[in-house]
Amino acid sequence: MTKKLFTCCLLALSAFFAPLAAAATQAPDELVRKVTNEVLTIVRSDKAIQAGDFQKTLALVDEKVLPHFDFRRMTSLAVGPGWRSANPEQQERLIAAFRILLVRTYSNALTKFRDQTIEFKPMRDNSGDKRVRVSTEVHQSGAQPIPIDYALEQTGQDWKVFDVIVNGASLVTNYRGEFAGEVNAKGIEGLIASLEAKNKSLEAGQGGK
Amino acid sequence: MKNIFLAFATFLLVAGCANAPPEDPLEPFNRSMFSFNEKLDNAVTKPVAKAYVAVTPAPVRTWVSNFFGNLQDPWIGFNNLLQGKFADAINDLMRFVFNSTLGIGGLLDIASEAGMPKHDEDFGQTLGVWGVKEGPFMVLPLFGPHTLRDAAALPLDATATSPWTVPYANPIVHDEKARYGLSGMKMIDGRARLLGLERTLDEGTLDKYRYMRDFYLQQRRFKVLDGNMPIEYDDFDNPDEGADNTPQNPGGEQ
Repeated sequence: MTKKLFTCCLLALSAFFAPLAAAATQAPDELVRKVTNEVLTIVRSDKAIQAGDFQKTLALVDEKVLPHFDFRRMTSLAVGPGWRSANPEQQERLIAAFRILLVRTYSNALTKFRDQTIEFKPMRDNSGDKRVRVSTEVHQSGAQPIPIDYALEQTGQDWKVFDVIVNGASLVTNYRGEFAGEVNAKGIEGLIASLEAKNKSLEAGQGGK
Repeated sequence: MKNIFLAFATFLLVAGCANAPPEDPLEPFNRSMFSFNEKLDNAVTKPVAKAYVAVTPAPVRTWVSNFFGNLQDPWIGFNNLLQGKFADAINDLMRFVFNSTLGIGGLLDIASEAGMPKHDEDFGQTLGVWGVKEGPFMVLPLFGPHTLRDAAALPLDATATSPWTVPYANPIVHDEKARYGLSGMKMIDGRARLLGLERTLDEGTLDKYRYMRDFYLQQRRFKVLDGNMPIEYDDFDNPDEGADNTPQNPGGEQ
């Protein structure tokens, strides 16, 4: 009787801890591979997404991809030195607006995905590093493979992506030039207003292709 | 064609004196050329590329891409040779030999499947490796974003990767119409593969000229250095911490 109870307890305990353990040992390259494969499998099999159903793509990105991104870090990198002069409330609005902008861009790119294949490059031993770069290559016939790297940082237990580097160009810090121009001309509030106006104008014309 | 380059060179001399930021001395000219190219693309190139995608089955488009891609490989290999990367140069030459024969005149890219990767080299990159500075950024009519260095290499790069355009008594393609046909087809193929990108630029940026320029320059520098280019990430949330580099990927070789 006691033995049976003990086994039961053990089972219950392991069932409780297993997901935690799995989360803790999720290496950054495994994370990138898992999420990429999951998302692309869905995109490849979903006719609605391939036909350009934007809301559906958005929902997919929202569920599978966004939890693994550090938008605060991304926004601060995109805004640059101006970030320090923004107050916490302005920072939150910047993050919210930039997030919408990035998600739309990413979702757009995703609907274009067809017969390309992704190669995951082996990662060097990174034990102890708080920041790593996971390299992949997108292969498509007749063209040079496009290197796409993900820069990840460990915050607590989780690894979060804070930059995507396409062909050596950082998609996030690449915003710094135009954002700095906006801040210099119209201040932080001006940048927020421009981003929000941009999102609003695109929201209006959204839904179809 | 020569006239265009001449007129362009004259214009550069004039435009270079105008007031513009130091990192982009030709900005006013570049912006107007950028929007000119955009209008041209909207009116002609993009609709044609869209129609091409609509009427051509995907496998055929892949053959077309492979065919033009194969004709680049000897030039890519030659540039690897000029940059002292002999193993890569041999790889590129073998690609051309394999794909031209077993790959049915380049329609199939069997070399990639056999483990011979396609490289990305051109004479502009070779000049960069040799230490030639990139010079000002410029948007060329029809040919798009370039640095002065890459624009100077462009006639050579374009001719060497499209052998049918070799001027004077072309030994490869005799028929003039066929030559234009090939050039047109290559342009449509290239444009078709970029369909959708303009929407990303339109929707994802506040100033697409600036984003495009910075993106172009970053990835050109990355290619010249064959991937050995660290990106610096400052921490703007933590003023005590200075800039540092992100670790590089081990397989930096492109």
